[in-house]
Amino acid sequence: MSDNGLTKEITMPQLAESLVSATLNKWLKQPGEAFEAYEPICEVFTEKVVAEIPATESGVMGMHLVHEGDVVEVGKVICTYLTGAKVDASSEAAGAGEKVVNGTGAVRVGAGQHHAASISSSTEITADKLRSVAEQVGMLYNNENAPMRARLSPAVQRLASEYDVDLKNVQGSGLGGRITRKDVLQFIELRGNVTHEALKQGADVINGGLSAVVPVEMKNSQLQYQQNEEQLAGLDQSLAADASSVSLPVRSSGLHLSESPRVPHIDVERPQTVGDGEHFINVTPIRNTIATRMRQSVSEIPHAWTMIEVDVTNLVELRNKWKDEFRRKEGVNLTYLAFVLKAVVNAIKDYPIMNSVWAVDKIIVKRDVNISLSVGTEDSVMVPVIKKADQKNIAGLAREIDDLARRTREGKLTLEDMQGGTFTFNNTGSFGSIQSYPIINYPQAAIITFESIVKRPVVINDMIGVRSMANMCLSLDHRILDGVICGRFLQRVKENLESYNSDTKLY
Amino acid sequence: MMNRQQDQISLETTNTQALHLHTYGKLDYKHAWDMQKDIVKQIDKGLAKDTLFLLEHPPTYTIGSQRNPEHLLLSAEQLEKQGISVYEIDRGGDITYHGPGQLVGYPMLLLEGPSLDLHGYLRNLEEMMIQYLASYGIVGDRKPDFTGVWVGNEKIAAIGVKFNKCRSRRGFVTSHGFAFNIKQGIQHTGFTGIVPCGIQQFGVTSLEDVTGLTFTVEQVGQELLPHFMNVFGYPEIIHHSIS
Repeated sequence: MSDNGLTKEITMPQLAESLVSATLNKWLKQPGEAFEAYEPICEVFTEKVVAEIPATESGVMGMHLVHEGDVVEVGKVICTYLTGAKVDASSEAAGAGEKVVNGTGAVRVGAGQHHAASISSSTEITADKLRSVAEQVGMLYNNENAPMRARLSPAVQRLASEYDVDLKNVQGSGLGGRITRKDVLQFIELRGNVTHEALKQGADVINGGLSAVVPVEMKNSQLQYQQNEEQLAGLDQSLAADASSVSLPVRSSGLHLSESPRVPHIDVERPQTVGDGEHFINVTPIRNTIATRMRQSVSEIPHAWTMIEVDVTNLVELRNKWKDEFRRKEGVNLTYLAFVLKAVVNAIKDYPIMNSVWAVDKIIVKRDVNISLSVGTEDSVMVPVIKKADQKNIAGLAREIDDLARRTREGKLTLEDMQGGTFTFNNTGSFGSIQSYPIINYPQAAIITFESIVKRPVVINDMIGVRSMANMCLSLDHRILDGVICGRFLQRVKENLESYNSDTKLY
Repeated sequence: MMNRQQDQISLETTNTQALHLHTYGKLDYKHAWDMQKDIVKQIDKGLAKDTLFLLEHPPTYTIGSQRNPEHLLLSAEQLEKQGISVYEIDRGGDITYHGPGQLVGYPMLLLEGPSLDLHGYLRNLEEMMIQYLASYGIVGDRKPDFTGVWVGNEKIAAIGVKFNKCRSRRGFVTSHGFAFNIKQGIQHTGFTGIVPCGIQQFGVTSLEDVTGLTFTVEQVGQELLPHFMNVFGYPEIIHHSIS
């Protein structure tokens, strides 16, 4: 890195009060690329929200010190950049500053060209030569802190095993020559091209499409190529087989590569080959966060479960009475959710221990009742937060629910929307469920669900009547809460819901 | 229509006369106080009708009848440096802050007759703002021992009133009134220099804080009027704009 004073560092900012780390989702500025002040340089991902990190001043991107997919602690340096009055000067400095990266890139391209050349023009290029290129690359790393080459991220290891890549042959562009996911992808792409070329030409040979016009060296070059490839430890042996026996399926594991796609992608909807018994879905950062949280919750919190049934006949009438006028006046649907949420929040106010967190040597009871609301999307679930729900009336809650649900679907939630939840509410009834066993939204103390409203025969005063009934299920942290307190809490929720009548005020 | 309590209260206090509204924009505290005293006298003599001032003050501390100098946390020099005036005045209550971003209302109403209820007047002032907050989906509360309007454990509106005993008839004319915090951040400007209303354990909030929306003080004044008329039962408003 240059020490002329122009190189500066960018650290992972404290995006929110409670944030300790974030996942680097995507670099938006590559090394050597210029950026303006406030222009986003990368995306980070945290608490299920993607946030862009803007540059504080204009400059030129230096080295990326973390890789896409890495979890980075707040305050850790994520990249360097160069700043200066003249763009020329700074881009020169950029070149110096990330010598390793650019140098590697050049060598890599060179190597690629050699590959191509060895096929098309029968240039005598031996494995030794290729090796010497690799060695040159290796020397570059050796000059810097090469030990980083051995540090492989899980993403890189997974990718390498999926595509049968020997990482010894992949050039690392990361800090200290560390191999990034991108390097592996580039390697695969390069290999794909070579294979494709080889396949095409191999097919020509086999099909007898080769006329006298095609020089004999071509065959030789094929052979030469195969030999080179065999000698090269990095490319797997199946490649050599490909060139000679075109019709055979290529792959043994992972993604099917018979088409040698330029950019590997996985088509989720249609498996690429008939007869495949399975296909792969990439685990998105959101999915990963959900998985981590769920596992953490289940493994740390001793869950217990209880359920009540509530007679919501009066609530159904009340809601039917106001829903059209409310829609007209507020432009928002008056859902059952708002009424149920109000009943739950009022019960929490009476039993504040429901609104707490286990902290090993103490229980932290939160003053504000901030309700995390489970909102399902096509492929994930988000829990945006209704802040200070205890200060909102039914109309206010209806508006908040509408706003959060809409912004969740549009993907417009902000980091702030996701934070500070103290108790989770899940409207499982919206998918027709009548009973569910929710997992607590870690580290909260409890989660409640509202199930489908169904008409059922119910015994009232020894007579049978048809009533609108709904179940509510509660999962609780049994370290904090016991059956007695939760029973009382649920009883209060039930009372609150059953005491709604046509005189209940919305405002 | 959706609010039964609203209807009940408007039945309790019914005025057949109009309310005279004066809106001032920003007005110096002393000036507003002098004008109040003048109008109170005129109402007493029957020369003026019920009147409401709506305005904003420059940064000012006012200390009410429960004089507790320790609730003013700033020294005279600090006050002068920050350009804050201090008035010891003749309303109920302890110290409070007025300043930009706060809607101040001074209703000067003649209260007389058999159903005269001075505490009911305070509750009505609260009710008007509670109804207004409800229209924005916010639950405003009363605290049994503390006059004013609260959201959660934070005060959003302060109330301090003087009941001026009439000289020329039975009954009272009200003066001073309510201060409704509108703009976000007001709690960080003026209220940090005092213990608001002498209440140590609770904080102060604003309409923008609790709703997450943006307001102008004028807008809130306009939106509050229907609730004022409803609660105090005025059939119409005669607006004298003086700013």
